[in-house]
Amino acid sequence: MNIFLVLFFIVWILGWLINIRLSLIKNAKFLRFFIPTLFGFVILLMWEFLVLGLNINPVLLPPPTAIALKFADSLDILWIDFVQTLIKGALSGYILGCGAAILTAIAIDKFNFLKRGLLPFGNFVSALPIVGMAPIFVMWFGFDWESKCAIVVVMVFFPMLVNSVQGLELVDHSRQDLMKTYNASYTQTLFKLRLPSALPFIFNGLKICSTLALIGAIVAEFFGSPIKGMGFRISSEVGRFALDMVWAEIFVAALAGCLFYGLISLIEKQLTFWHPSNQK
Amino acid sequence: MKRLIINNSILPILTILLFIVIVWYLAAIPMNSEKVTRQFKNLSFTEHVEKTWNLKKPKLPTPHQIVNEIINTTFYKKISSKRSLVYHGWITLKATLAGFILGTFLGIILALGIVHNRAMDLSVMPWVIASQTVPILAIAPMIIVVMNSVGVTGLLPKAIISMYLSFFPVVVGMVKGLRSPDQMQIDQMRTWSASPNQLLWRLRFPSSLPYLFASLKVGIAASLIGAIVGELPSGAISGLGARMLAGTYYGQTVMIWSALFAAAFLAASLVFFISFIQNYTLRKMAILR
Amino acid sequence: MISVENVDLTFETNDGPVHALKEVSLEVKEGDFVSFIGPSGCGKTTLLRVIAALETPTKGNVIVNNMPPDDARKAREYGYVFQAAGLYPWRTVSGNIKLPLEIMGYSSKEKEERTKKVIELVELKGFEKKFPWQLSGGMQQRASIARALAFDANILLMDEPFGALDEIVRDRLNGELLKLWERTSKTICFVTHSIPEAVYLSTKIVVMSPRPGRITDVIQSPLPKERTLEIRDSKEFIQIAQRVREGLKSGHLDEDL
Repeated sequence: MNIFLVLFFIVWILGWLINIRLSLIKNAKFLRFFIPTLFGFVILLMWEFLVLGLNINPVLLPPPTAIALKFADSLDILWIDFVQTLIKGALSGYILGCGAAILTAIAIDKFNFLKRGLLPFGNFVSALPIVGMAPIFVMWFGFDWESKCAIVVVMVFFPMLVNSVQGLELVDHSRQDLMKTYNASYTQTLFKLRLPSALPFIFNGLKICSTLALIGAIVAEFFGSPIKGMGFRISSEVGRFALDMVWAEIFVAALAGCLFYGLISLIEKQLTFWHPSNQK
Repeated sequence: MKRLIINNSILPILTILLFIVIVWYLAAIPMNSEKVTRQFKNLSFTEHVEKTWNLKKPKLPTPHQIVNEIINTTFYKKISSKRSLVYHGWITLKATLAGFILGTFLGIILALGIVHNRAMDLSVMPWVIASQTVPILAIAPMIIVVMNSVGVTGLLPKAIISMYLSFFPVVVGMVKGLRSPDQMQIDQMRTWSASPNQLLWRLRFPSSLPYLFASLKVGIAASLIGAIVGELPSGAISGLGARMLAGTYYGQTVMIWSALFAAAFLAASLVFFISFIQNYTLRKMAILR
Repeated sequence: MISVENVDLTFETNDGPVHALKEVSLEVKEGDFVSFIGPSGCGKTTLLRVIAALETPTKGNVIVNNMPPDDARKAREYGYVFQAAGLYPWRTVSGNIKLPLEIMGYSSKEKEERTKKVIELVELKGFEKKFPWQLSGGMQQRASIARALAFDANILLMDEPFGALDEIVRDRLNGELLKLWERTSKTICFVTHSIPEAVYLSTKIVVMSPRPGRITDVIQSPLPKERTLEIRDSKEFIQIAQRVREGLKSGHLDEDL
């Protein structure tokens, strides 16, 4: 047994014990943050020692330190890929798709017939493997970010539509009657009552769609892209067995995903503080 | 009541479908026009339109072309043939189901751990949630290639991607479900001095079922996506994903679309199948009336 | 002020038509405090909603402030208080009170003044910045009343406003409502299912019974306008309560026949 394997088991047991110890402390606020961080750190350490201890070929599973080095080394490439895929492809598609879905939801909300038809249809489409349309969009809109934007628009549109329509529909009846007793106009009711009360649903849709947008933009690049972009890099570096670079890209995607999700949650907390789920 | 809902929405849904088909045919005219004018000269307008709807490699194939292709490759090819859609669909379905079952199993076990162990709740749960925001599909090609290089090929690598994708909805839904009984119900069990096991099987597990089924529906759809994306890299030659990729290489748009429709059909049947089991189980347990 | 003449209202439901109101006629004079009382399903809330133009009767005539109810709604002739407080959780108490004023296009100075006035009227001073979910049920209902008062409509329609509150809080709010009514001299229509509440508050008690929803008795209260809680032990009070109970009972007897 070599030293790294021994270290691996020591870290495992120590990490486990510390976590159990810490979790017995009640009501400490810093723990909410500290325990998961510690857990993540322990996993990284274990990964490192396991790779070194078992002599795993770095081509198959590079140790975290190698990934970190590669990350620090290729910041410029990572940045170019990030802009190409996430800003140009994912974000533009996300904004367009979600915006269009909310507007459509408001538009069809007036017509019960459309709502009854579109809601089951939208639910159905949300479950379909729309990523599969990526090759078609690449054919139509070219290799560059426009095709990625298009696939993201299609991917986020229906989940967002379904959520918005449900939100607009679930308005409390007595509040709606109240607006009627004030003789409020359609727009007044929309902006003062229905949109605010639909916000929890809209944010739920925005959160689901943020992950979908990342997936769509990256996977679409597997079907064709200029020589930059995260999906392109991942597929080409995998072909060259340069897995440290692939992991670095995945790290960027994960980080961007978490940050964006966190940002939306933060805005949600600010705007829907009144919702029962946010009251402690 | 259920009957009424179906009757009430069948007409609107059909209207919307009809609308889509009409828009589809209309859109095919300008999208395929360029190719038609390149191939044919001196066509009257109706001939021109007719040609745009029946090109061999159109930019946008029309619904009847896709339906024809699907019927052709489903019923008129031997099931074992590489040109049969059933063959490719079955390959994808196998990987989907294997991954889905593994993922569900793992998800339920992890959820039980999280609900019963505070240390696990505090340390693992945040990562489970964080991992949902990560585009896991991006790892798919890597998993395939790495596993191929150590000699694992075929079903298993794809199933692992599917497992990964279906695992997270199950954990999250199951944790929520196992925690859904309120304090009053738990206290009630306590007054009968129920054992932890009884608390789990008589209260927590039954109340988690509606959540579990909701997650299973999300999970199986995600599984299918995982299997399809898993077939994209590394020159896989069978499966719906490989068929889409092959279609891209050879400009066979009708082939891509028919693979896409087959995937959609598969997704719909899988989700429908889960809904069926859900309705049956929940009705049997009188959770749903 | 409000006159209801031979009103019929039938809802078409999946289980066939439901006769919510049948040949209902009623006269409410200015300054009246009218209670509608009856078991659930007797159409008391529906009648209030007809007056508010939230439902349209299938037959008959309704006049509110010398106009059809829908015109009265458009002219903002009444304030409506719902069963559940119906406050907006994303607005503070004063934000909620300002809501109708915003919709009706009051200037911001006037909005401030009116809000301040009604908050004092319902004794919610110091709670303007609180959100509804930070208040007790009784306070929420007071805010809701303040909201209905804010735009100075001279009719107040209240649909079981205190139904969800416990009896102690309800007694206090009843007393406050009486004082408010006296000070503002509004016309109030009040739906309730509590006999003591109806008798204690009203100048006129309308007893209703279900299937089909109809009026079985109208009682003109002989109690003086100024009332204290002690009045509930007086002989007149008990007599009226007795008569209300009889009215409710006779409605049920009809049903058994």
